[in-house]
Amino acid sequence: MPFFPEQASTFARNVDHLYLFMIVVTAFFSLLIATLVVVFAIKFHRKAPDEIAGPVHESGLLEIVWTVIPLGLVLIMFFWGSSVYFRITRPPANALDIYVTGKQWMWKIQHTDGHREMNELHIPVGQPVRLTMASEDVIHSFFIPAFRFKRDVVPGRFATAWFEPTKPGKYHLFCAEYCGTRHSNMIGWIYVMTPADYQVWLSGGAPGETLASAGAKRFTEHACNTCHGDQPGARGPSLAGLFGKEIHLQNGQTLIADEAYIRESIVNPQAKIVAGYPPIMPTFQGLISEEGLLQLIAYIKSLSSAPAAAGGMAPAPTPAPERKSSMP
Amino acid sequence: MADAAQAVAPEAPRELRHHFVDLEAQKEASALGMWIFLVTEVLFFGGMFTAYVVYRAAYRRAFEGASNLLDIRLGAFNTAVLILSSLTMALAVWAASHGRRKLIVLFLFFTILLGSTFLGVKVIEYKQKFDHHEVPGAHFVVPEGLPRQSEMFFSLYFCMTGLHALHMIIGVGLLSWLVAKARRGEFTRRYNTPVEMVGLYWHFVDIVWIFLFPLLYLLGRHTL
Amino acid sequence: MTNESRRENYLNVRYGVKSWLLTTDHKRIAILYLIGVTFFFAIGGIFAGLIRLELLTPPGDVFQSETYNKLFTTHGVMMIFFFMIPGIPGVLGNFLIPLMIGAKDVAFPRLNLLSWYLYIIGGLTALWAVVHGGVDTGWTFYTPYSTVYSNDWVVVTAVGIFIAGFSSILTGLNFLVTIHTMRAPGMTWMRMPLFCWGMYATGIIQILGTPVIAITLLLVAAERLFYLGIFNPAQGGDPVLFQHLFWFYSHPAVYIMILPAMAVISELVTAFSRKPIFGYKFIAASSIAIAVLSFLVWGHHMFVSGQSVYAGLVFSIISFMVAIPSAIKVFNWTATLYRGSVSYQTPLLYALGFIGLFTFGGLTGLFLAALGLDIHVHDTYFIVAHFHYIMVGGTIMGYLGGLHFWWPKISGKLYPELWSRVSAWVIFIGFNLTFFPQFILGYLGMPRRYHAYPPEFQVLNVMSTAGASILGVGYVIPLVYFIWSMRYGKDAADNPWGATGLEWQTPSPPPTENFPTTPVVTGKPYDYLTAGEKEVAVG
Repeated sequence: MPFFPEQASTFARNVDHLYLFMIVVTAFFSLLIATLVVVFAIKFHRKAPDEIAGPVHESGLLEIVWTVIPLGLVLIMFFWGSSVYFRITRPPANALDIYVTGKQWMWKIQHTDGHREMNELHIPVGQPVRLTMASEDVIHSFFIPAFRFKRDVVPGRFATAWFEPTKPGKYHLFCAEYCGTRHSNMIGWIYVMTPADYQVWLSGGAPGETLASAGAKRFTEHACNTCHGDQPGARGPSLAGLFGKEIHLQNGQTLIADEAYIRESIVNPQAKIVAGYPPIMPTFQGLISEEGLLQLIAYIKSLSSAPAAAGGMAPAPTPAPERKSSMP
Repeated sequence: MADAAQAVAPEAPRELRHHFVDLEAQKEASALGMWIFLVTEVLFFGGMFTAYVVYRAAYRRAFEGASNLLDIRLGAFNTAVLILSSLTMALAVWAASHGRRKLIVLFLFFTILLGSTFLGVKVIEYKQKFDHHEVPGAHFVVPEGLPRQSEMFFSLYFCMTGLHALHMIIGVGLLSWLVAKARRGEFTRRYNTPVEMVGLYWHFVDIVWIFLFPLLYLLGRHTL
Repeated sequence: MTNESRRENYLNVRYGVKSWLLTTDHKRIAILYLIGVTFFFAIGGIFAGLIRLELLTPPGDVFQSETYNKLFTTHGVMMIFFFMIPGIPGVLGNFLIPLMIGAKDVAFPRLNLLSWYLYIIGGLTALWAVVHGGVDTGWTFYTPYSTVYSNDWVVVTAVGIFIAGFSSILTGLNFLVTIHTMRAPGMTWMRMPLFCWGMYATGIIQILGTPVIAITLLLVAAERLFYLGIFNPAQGGDPVLFQHLFWFYSHPAVYIMILPAMAVISELVTAFSRKPIFGYKFIAASSIAIAVLSFLVWGHHMFVSGQSVYAGLVFSIISFMVAIPSAIKVFNWTATLYRGSVSYQTPLLYALGFIGLFTFGGLTGLFLAALGLDIHVHDTYFIVAHFHYIMVGGTIMGYLGGLHFWWPKISGKLYPELWSRVSAWVIFIGFNLTFFPQFILGYLGMPRRYHAYPPEFQVLNVMSTAGASILGVGYVIPLVYFIWSMRYGKDAADNPWGATGLEWQTPSPPPTENFPTTPVVTGKPYDYLTAGEKEVAVG
């Protein structure tokens, strides 16, 4: 019987090492206490009914010792645990983007090239994978034990996370957050493939259109282009090259345009107003499905597919003053 | 056993419950209990204040816009009414501590009157919201020119003021109970704890409103 | 003294149902709680048995998914809100606090009775929901599932918990005021038994935490009834806000459950080693430290929900810190045994079991506080195993140990020593067999709340179910012999264990007024070394 799930991602080993360290600490202290308790209980067993205990003087030093030692140990655990966590929260730049939608009780997965899967995810080995996840109804949680990977998918916001599989194989995918009647059926498989096998898989099937082009279709469907077109004097900021760029807000703050920001700007456009534009955009909350949002974002991302070119040197997207004056 | 208890305190006053040493200890316990209760009340409302702060930060424009739909004159009037009721309550406590039976009843009566006025005005306000379809839920109509999240403002508005009103109703009930007791002359210079405790409660409920009024009616207010 | 069984005491002073249902005597109210708590524990236990039955085999073949989800929800709701939280405070706290501090009653006896009624009404309300179809949200009521997607009796259950919440608040309030204002002459804070310190810390959490869950569940109910959308993302609400509000109470609530058990263990260890407790001040202070820190760690339930990294770091380190006062307690209990005069009576067996299981359970909690590791074990059977080590291995062991220790005082009768030792061992073995395999299951990746599971997890699940059946037997034995002893047990002496503490200096069972005359305290607690010289301090 195994005591560890397979180690199939770059995190698995880190997490397991921390786990082993903590098992050692746990075993040591549990055994220490158990032994002391048993030994004391036997050694100082009451021999006569009227026996009284031997005098023991309290020791401030002892109290300090057994406060400081556990304190030191938990600090080690804290730093170790946090450093593992930091690795997990920072996706590398070359990650493969995968879009996941959770829904009672299935996982719908979209690849950028248009491949769609249900409760299955095919990915190449040795390639960092970045998931952008959304839920259409309740909270779900994307859990791959072999990768030591888990992330809640809370409705109303994106969850982004990444992992890098290291070993080809077939691994469990679970929903870890209780999501209703058939929660335990919201499971699936992760297929980690060699690059060659992956290419074969990619070429199989007929992906209709890429995710970005599906998003482009929605962009016109919802008439986003009437305001966010690139024509001069448009009512909304241009979206070309937007993704990953620094945005200056009306209230003086700046932020980097990421998936969460774009999502928020669609469903709650009043939350962050780009400097120089009036707050006139209506909300699209409830009008666009989560899958549609993911497609739109893939489209907007595709508009800035040449990121390094202008990059950080580009001037802030502060619109020219004449635009401002053109507004009533 | 009853004999033994009497042997300890042969002339135990009528109001002294059997398990206290003397009236002073009893009063101390009551006061501490009331203060602890008020602490729990602070946390009780605290949950909703937290929700308010979180959503106000997220949906500022919706909240400010919706806030303008509240009737600030009625709100201000109610604030004045409540502050006045705190005064009459304080006077009732003062009267009780001097054992002035008629004054206690008089001030308690005024407090009840003011509390009821507040509740009456609240009913008018609720009715207006109802007529304008500004009550969240199935019949909610998003006010013109406001983001959809204005519904959230009204959800919180009704939860917070509703819970506050419930506290007021309980308060008025307690005051009526006090009036009955006071008329029977139960409160004396020596024993007046119930009046003092209800007084604490009443002031607390007033203070909650002192926070609710600016948060709901005033913050982000445009010109009248 | 033992042959004076006809002497008037709180049990025989009045007879009849009314004399019990309208009593304001803290000791009688404790008995009322004992009945209520046992009832809800039995219900929660039966549901636990049914859960283990379903998990015997990988496919969901015994119950429908819907039914299974209702089973674990009901198990959680009953055990947490109607057994764990009211358990030790309601029964032992009520019975002992006035006795231990030398008072005639708690500060607000009528409020105390009201607490019991609220508890029973709340419990029956929740039970009504179960009978009429049940709830399937899990005891955590996560939104938006509970507010929008579940179509069961969420509102009724939430109202039941809301009512019981006020019972908990009023109990905590009563204990705090009692301990502050009702102590006998000479009973200074530093002379107070550690049980009272533990209950004091518990009271702080009860009054500060419970109102928050009360309002949160009220909002959930309002959201379901009036479609408010406060936690519904489709209307702009934030489900994670619900989690914050929920855990702001529900994490401290864990300490409402464990602090009283720790308080009991402090009493047991010192009484059965016949030695002053080692590090009195440190144990007392650690209870307060736990109460305070417990309010600052709730965010560790949301490490994978997408809260900011920095929030995660803060909650992680404070969660680690809360382990320190617990460790201090464990070390001090162990040191108390050193050079003691240790007697292996049943209460001590429970106490030693508690120390071992709590140590292990507490250390496994550190796994969950470590950010990187929590990502893997979050929402798996690892956490199920962890909190059952604390709740069952800790709280229930403490509760049973305390019940055995004070049973002679409560009932005036002795329980059968042999059977009680047997059951203590059965419970210890059954418990470990039930929950240890769940740690491994969890690390292997079996998520919690799964009705059906992949076949490779079966072996460990079978072990767990086997353990659960042993554990079940272990719980039935004390139930039988406690009831048996009330009629057939030997009469208990006033102080059968030779323990210190005011509660042992009054008759067993105590008279309604607790003490013939108000006791005066002149020395430190647990003064076993000089106890021989001043045998009786009370006239």
